[in-house]
Amino acid sequence: MAVCVAVIAKENYPLYIRSIPTENELKFHYMVHTSLDVVDEKISAMGKALVDQRELYLGLLYPTEDYKVYGYVTNSKVKFVMVVDSSNTALRDNEIRSMFRKLHNSYTDVMCNPFYNPGDHIQSSRAFDSMVTSMMIQVC
Amino acid sequence: MEAAAGGGCGSGPPLLLSEGEQQCYSELFARCAGAAGGGPGSGPPEAARAVPGAVTAAAGPVADLFRASQLPAETLHQITELCGAKRVGYFGPTQFYIALKLIAAAQSGLPVRIESLKCELPLPRFMMSKTDADIRFGNPAELHGAKVQIPYLITEKNTFKRMDDEDKQETQSPTMSPLASPPSSPPHYQRVPLSHGYSKLRSSTEQMHPAPYEARQPLVQPEGPSSGAPGAKPPRHQASLIRSFSVEREPHDNNSNYPDEPWRITEEQREYYVNQFRSLQPDPSSFISGSVAKNFFTKSKLSIPELSYIWELSDADCDGALTLPEFCAAFHLIVARKNGYPLPEGLPPTLQPEYLQAAFPKPKRECTLFDSYSESMPANQQPRDLNRMEKLSIKDMADFPVPAQDVTSDDKQALKSTADEALPKDMSEDPATSKDSNSLKARPRSRSYSSTSIEEAMKRGEDPPTPPPRPQKTHSRASSLDLNKVFQPSVPATKSGLLPPPPALPPRPCPSQSEQASEAEIHPQLNRAPSQAADSSPTKKDIPYSQPPSKPIRRKLRPENPAPESQEPSSTVGGAASAVTGKPHTAVQKQSSKQKKAIQTAIRKNKEANAVLARLNSELQQQLKEVHQERIALENQLEQLRPVTVL
Repeated sequence: MAVCVAVIAKENYPLYIRSIPTENELKFHYMVHTSLDVVDEKISAMGKALVDQRELYLGLLYPTEDYKVYGYVTNSKVKFVMVVDSSNTALRDNEIRSMFRKLHNSYTDVMCNPFYNPGDHIQSSRAFDSMVTSMMIQVC
Repeated sequence: MEAAAGGGCGSGPPLLLSEGEQQCYSELFARCAGAAGGGPGSGPPEAARAVPGAVTAAAGPVADLFRASQLPAETLHQITELCGAKRVGYFGPTQFYIALKLIAAAQSGLPVRIESLKCELPLPRFMMSKTDADIRFGNPAELHGAKVQIPYLITEKNTFKRMDDEDKQETQSPTMSPLASPPSSPPHYQRVPLSHGYSKLRSSTEQMHPAPYEARQPLVQPEGPSSGAPGAKPPRHQASLIRSFSVEREPHDNNSNYPDEPWRITEEQREYYVNQFRSLQPDPSSFISGSVAKNFFTKSKLSIPELSYIWELSDADCDGALTLPEFCAAFHLIVARKNGYPLPEGLPPTLQPEYLQAAFPKPKRECTLFDSYSESMPANQQPRDLNRMEKLSIKDMADFPVPAQDVTSDDKQALKSTADEALPKDMSEDPATSKDSNSLKARPRSRSYSSTSIEEAMKRGEDPPTPPPRPQKTHSRASSLDLNKVFQPSVPATKSGLLPPPPALPPRPCPSQSEQASEAEIHPQLNRAPSQAADSSPTKKDIPYSQPPSKPIRRKLRPENPAPESQEPSSTVGGAASAVTGKPHTAVQKQSSKQKKAIQTAIRKNKEANAVLARLNSELQQQLKEVHQERIALENQLEQLRPVTVL
């Protein structure tokens, strides 16, 4: 389903970014980058007073002709961005939510690893990689 | 008799084959060569053995043998290339032996390389035991449990020769049946520590045809563990026998036949891990937090990504903390990695927390391990088998504490003793040897001073479970040596409180060694102790230099464990010390050497603490300078601005 999955740190640098069509990766990187503005916009709109009640799932950030970009923010301002192929008919919102939940769980597991320093690239966690692969390969 | 032919054949290959290996390989070679040339059927074994020297093994049986080793095809191709068969165009004894060794290496998970062969002496044994171990999966105690081991061996040989004919000679099998029938009783043994020679025979047969055992089963079972069973190649008889036993064993011991040899934890390893766990976390049923575990595992000097991956594998519930089985699994993975095993893709079944909890309810079960020698006691057998297997297979794992070495020798003794006697005698022997092993295990301290193994001596000095007292526990910074000596036997626990928790200690076994030596000289009053300690410490000095790097790391791990650990070992030492008092002068010697070691370790720790503090000091000085400079700059700015404002 997803063609690109990215985990962005609080300071807006990527902790993990991976896309399926490995050619033309730059396009996806750019899309993720531009989506960060939208994420920030949504966060600031919602979270002025009630940060705690802000929902984690941000929903569709913006659609392009080929792709749709969804966002998700954790309480520690770590953002998950997912780019989905528009041609995938009716990927329901629930499915996107469940994918983000899985991402969040895997991310938490990575954080639990004491050998992972928060702020590092998530490169050594095979569990995380396999989970992301499963999400991406579902489509392909 | 075997040895002669084995020796003759063994002289060819450039490898160093031990006697057992030679026997096994020569048998296999004879079989392959004989099969090719329609060699002697039931001829005397000597004649058969004489053949290999002059004959090459045909490609057909050799290929079958290799395939029977259950290695993937590309591995077998690799092995074939490496052993040089393609180079010379045939499987001469040299190539054959090399190939067998490579097969053993591949089966044990080591990369198939020439280096695997050329490794130093311990390794061939490793290979051999690995092969045996692999075989033992299917080798029920038939070898071991046989009432008459030697006649069994002879019939085995006859069977081998029979295989050459590739016929279904029933004549031999009945011969074997009565002999082999006793073994039917201990089929539940997973890994009976059979004599190496016997196990090697078994292993050779195992390697031949593990596949068709299902077909053999109905045949085999009625016949018992006899070779019997017509049809198919004679090797299959053995394989089927063995496999049938393994299958029979399976219900008894569902855990024993995992083919992941390096991932089993032996009893000693388990104890070692548990002690380490206790050093980090006194309550064995509680967790070790992530940061504590991280510090501990970082000392193993593995790379962070590898440690991160090991953590991922072992922290099954992903809670950021390690319970005791998780900790043991992680530790075991680290040890295996340090010894060259590639990390597995997933947690091996023998390292799963449930398995570990089930398999090792209690750390100390040496007695039970040996009790079940001829009975089916799966739970007990598991650790014992694990014990045996692991001991043989990890013999050269330097990280393991001394008991591993001693127990390995115990194993050998047990093996030999059992091999030489009938089953009833085996039974009696086993308890005897087991008791020996038990006593040895229970009194590692007695071994520490008598052991000649370098690893043992080194580990002794560092090992918590062993009498040589954990050094760090009883040492205060500036306390006089007299005080230490006085306190150590009586109040080690309080002493540990005086110990400043050492910060991360850099690996420096060498200075510690020199420390120990100097300490040894300082105490003339400990007449015997100094000499002993001096003897042991120079030995220890040599140890780190001559041993693989894992050893110094292990030493470092030990002394670096912080204060909580010191309390644990101190109590252990206290107990050990009290237990030793039974033997007067040995106790005195041990205590004094323990004290010396304690002193030496304390000195080492203090030095390391000093170094860290010095570094910290220099860093702070640096910061102070920078802050001063900033202040000066700001004051300058203020000066410049002031006239402006005034104006």
